[in-house]
Amino acid sequence: MSERPTYTPFHPRWYRPPVSTWWWLKRPSSRAFILRELSSIFVAWFVVFFLLLVAAVGRGEAAYQEFLRWATNPGSVLINLVSLLFVVFHAVTWFNLAPRAMVVHIRGKRVPGKLIAASNYGAWVVTSILVAWIILAGSR
Amino acid sequence: MVKRTLTLEPLLWLLFSAGGVVAALVIPVLLLLFGLAFPLGWLSPPSHAHMLAVLGHPLSRVTIFVSCTLLLFHWAHRFRYTLYDGLQIKHLNELIVLLCYGGVLVGSIAAGYLVWQLP
Repeated sequence: MSERPTYTPFHPRWYRPPVSTWWWLKRPSSRAFILRELSSIFVAWFVVFFLLLVAAVGRGEAAYQEFLRWATNPGSVLINLVSLLFVVFHAVTWFNLAPRAMVVHIRGKRVPGKLIAASNYGAWVVTSILVAWIILAGSR
Repeated sequence: MVKRTLTLEPLLWLLFSAGGVVAALVIPVLLLLFGLAFPLGWLSPPSHAHMLAVLGHPLSRVTIFVSCTLLLFHWAHRFRYTLYDGLQIKHLNELIVLLCYGGVLVGSIAAGYLVWQLP
């Protein structure tokens, strides 16, 4: 991981073929990897967007209405649509990976991966319904 | 001799994972509601009083602060490696680390202040 490995004198240097900056364009799996990595930018955008909402709610009724009006501009809708697609991509790949990250044993038997993935998707559905229900309870 | 150093890496990966779970579970529904459904008029937005009650609840304040911090850690860690592996920007590693985790600190303080100042 260190930037400048120290070499002992007269030790042969390993041959390392140079890798193109665009190495991840070659294979579909590495393109998916980079798309997943880029989803993090949209996670950061969501934090900014959500904190703007919290700030507006904190400043009062007028500021909240102003935020809701601002959120209707095409640029904001577009970036939120793109963010949603990226974050859903993150969520799906994250939950599909869960069985490999979580190895659960119950009574000495390994819980099948499909069950772990399914429970993650279940948690996603339950959380989404709960959050939507809490927020929409106050719809006018 | 192998230099042994105590690294923060495992802790950062832990925070990255926790943020990844939060991102996957709550961001899609919130973006769908506040980013698309309300602006495009599919659903009518909640009243200000309701939003204040929901966000101002002590449990919400703590959850929002912790979630924002974890989400920012998730962003910082992943974005840092996007630049490192994807674009192979290795000579600026210190600067990138500083900007990523500095961003987490600033964002986290902002989140803390914003939930704290809610009436």
